[in-house]
Amino acid sequence: MNRSASNVIDAAGPLSAQLAVNDFELFDIPKQFAQDRAALDTRWKNLQREAHPDKFSARGTAAQRVAMQWSVRINEAYQRLKDPLRRAAYLCELAGAPINAENNTAMPTEFLVQQMQWREELDDATTADSLRNLHQEVLQTRDAALANCESLIDQTQDFSKAVQQVRALMFIERFVKDIDTRLDQLDAV
Amino acid sequence: MALLQISEPGQAPDPHQRRIAVGIDLGTTHSLVASVRNSVAECLPDAQGQVILPSAVRYLDNDGRQIGSDALRAQAEDPQNTLVSVKRFMGRGLKDIANADKLPYQFVDKPGMLAIQTRAGEKSPVEVSAEILATLRFRAEDTFNDDLYGAVITVPAYFDDAQRQATKDAAQLAGLNVLRLINEPTAAAIAYGLDQSSEGVYAIYDLGGGTFDISILRLTRGVFEVLSTGGDSALGGDDYDRVLVEFVQSTTQCVVVTPSDKAQVMVAARACKEALSSQDSMQFEVTLASGAVACKVTRAQFEEACKPLTQRTLNAVRKALRDASLQKQDIQGVVMVGGSTRMPHIQTAVAELLGCEPLTNLNPDEVVALGAAIQANQLAGNNPDGELLLLDVIPLSLGIETMGGLVERIVPRNQTIPTAMAQDFTTYQDGQTALALHVVQGERDLVADCRSLARFELRGIPPMVAGAARIRVTFTVDADGLLSVAALEQHSGVQANITVKPSYGLSDDQIATMLQDSFKTAEQDIKTRALVEARVDADRMWLATQSALQADGDLLSAQERIHIESLMATTLNSKKLEDAAAVEAATEALAKGTEAFAAQRMNRGIQNALSGQHIESI
Repeated sequence: MNRSASNVIDAAGPLSAQLAVNDFELFDIPKQFAQDRAALDTRWKNLQREAHPDKFSARGTAAQRVAMQWSVRINEAYQRLKDPLRRAAYLCELAGAPINAENNTAMPTEFLVQQMQWREELDDATTADSLRNLHQEVLQTRDAALANCESLIDQTQDFSKAVQQVRALMFIERFVKDIDTRLDQLDAV
Repeated sequence: MALLQISEPGQAPDPHQRRIAVGIDLGTTHSLVASVRNSVAECLPDAQGQVILPSAVRYLDNDGRQIGSDALRAQAEDPQNTLVSVKRFMGRGLKDIANADKLPYQFVDKPGMLAIQTRAGEKSPVEVSAEILATLRFRAEDTFNDDLYGAVITVPAYFDDAQRQATKDAAQLAGLNVLRLINEPTAAAIAYGLDQSSEGVYAIYDLGGGTFDISILRLTRGVFEVLSTGGDSALGGDDYDRVLVEFVQSTTQCVVVTPSDKAQVMVAARACKEALSSQDSMQFEVTLASGAVACKVTRAQFEEACKPLTQRTLNAVRKALRDASLQKQDIQGVVMVGGSTRMPHIQTAVAELLGCEPLTNLNPDEVVALGAAIQANQLAGNNPDGELLLLDVIPLSLGIETMGGLVERIVPRNQTIPTAMAQDFTTYQDGQTALALHVVQGERDLVADCRSLARFELRGIPPMVAGAARIRVTFTVDADGLLSVAALEQHSGVQANITVKPSYGLSDDQIATMLQDSFKTAEQDIKTRALVEARVDADRMWLATQSALQADGDLLSAQERIHIESLMATTLNSKKLEDAAAVEAATEALAKGTEAFAAQRMNRGIQNALSGQHIESI
């Protein structure tokens, strides 16, 4: 979550002010969790149509560099906006409630117990098929947590609870990745 | 060399000012050059009418060389001086080459990239590739009777940074202006996409002579968005040949020892494999030092023997689907690219896995070059209303080494380029004033299992307690997929930058030397040519500045304007001199002096475009 392109943009000097608008402003969309993914994709492509370095390939190195900064900034915003977890974290941050994942790892006991159960199931799985059920279950849990994020951020605007939920989602997300890695290994056998 | 660009947006160069731009497919087994003529992309033939140039270079006595079919014919008789499939060695050390002992070459192990000993001396894969690229460049220049403006060169999507850099170096060595490196599957998609105006999600399965790529793309209104990519940059038709040789060896117990033996079995295996695509059995025949060998191979036997190879490609397809978060039913169609996809069992296996009949209506050998030509035409500014936009990804994660030989990933694979990502690091010891940064590429967690791209140091950090320094490391990947890295200590402002080249690429000095060497043998009068080119460049730059001043002069202060006008006058005067270097210097001064102005104009242009966008998109 602490990754950013900010120092590339700083190097742009006078551009920094224009590039530094928040992702929602850059994409000209409402600052909220609920987003239409298809509309977001279209918007991203339309912005890249205007700013991509390929559109300026016949206009010199300076033009290329500026276009590249814009293009990088648009890609950065798109990555953050299209990923529900990162979008939620970003909204919390903009609302003055940063996630601070490194410093704050306290999680409710029942959540941790479930995580441990999942881990055991993952370790015991020997075939790709035996992992599918676990995969489904984890994805469902993730979807429920995202729905909760939406209501906490967009409806009740309870950002301290939203931060908790985002932290839990980060655990779930990491676990989904671990399942994917395991599936890769099992497929490769 | 100054890079000059003129056209205002929307303003097409007039027809005789059309820039000659080509697409080049630099393949493992063969290479092609294509260009858009009369709105149609076509491969350019040589004087004999052949479009395919075998990627083979033979070094002769007295600095001579044969390139293409002539070289290939000599493969068995002169194996150590006839280099084929060098693409597999690009950006690679000797330890990276599996089965090096099966090849007839005298390898020289060098830090960074291996070289091959020939009668003309040591040759790096970059130099050999440059010979092939230069041959295609001359073919294009002869076809159009004009100089090339630039070229788009294709690389396997799965090529890492070292391999891409080596390819770009080779193009530079061949005197080509590289407009862009693009990925082969993406190029193939362009050729198909524009022909059929298809929309939706497509898989491109590209099995070439030495590399395998799978890319999943979404096509919408001229935008080619790569969702994920995967593959193996050391798996291709050559490996199927090798499996066939192993099969024959284990059946007949024949021994392959001499360089000539090794080259002959390679040639025989390829012929046998190709025949098995259209017939059920084939006689594998070869005369080795130890005597003649004949062995009947059936298609079924061959397919069984190479099953593990095909299986590896299918695993990569599954992984690419997972990376794109898609199921196989989301795939609308699959495009087959590369000569190796002519093998019937490959087509069947892919059709079975993805549940759709592969598209093979374009020639799988030509499709990559054709797509590259379409992109080159647009990048050269010949098609200002073109809708084509490539949003490609990096194939392999980029990261740096942290304590304990572990990799901290900074840019994950399948990230859309261009991209810039940063991560903060800190010092390990009290009073530490320098930091060694080791840049690596790959998916594994241990540095030892990833490819080392570069090492550099950040020095002059003020002494602080361990953990107090804030060092922000930023990775920037440009639209060619090439990486540069910057490190900045945030309290002190100490910084270090690196364009990733040292451990695997050639230094600029090495390239300059090679260029000089290659010019020594060139027939043209380099000096005259350089002067003409320098004057043309100066004209372009002067005109571009002139029209920029007319369009956006209001962005400049009076003083800035005077400075630019004096640089313009100097450029104009320098053209009267018979000195290419002086003209270049003046042009470059003008280019440098107008950089800030160009940046401001661009920024104004993009902002206008983006705000215009809002209205359009509602």
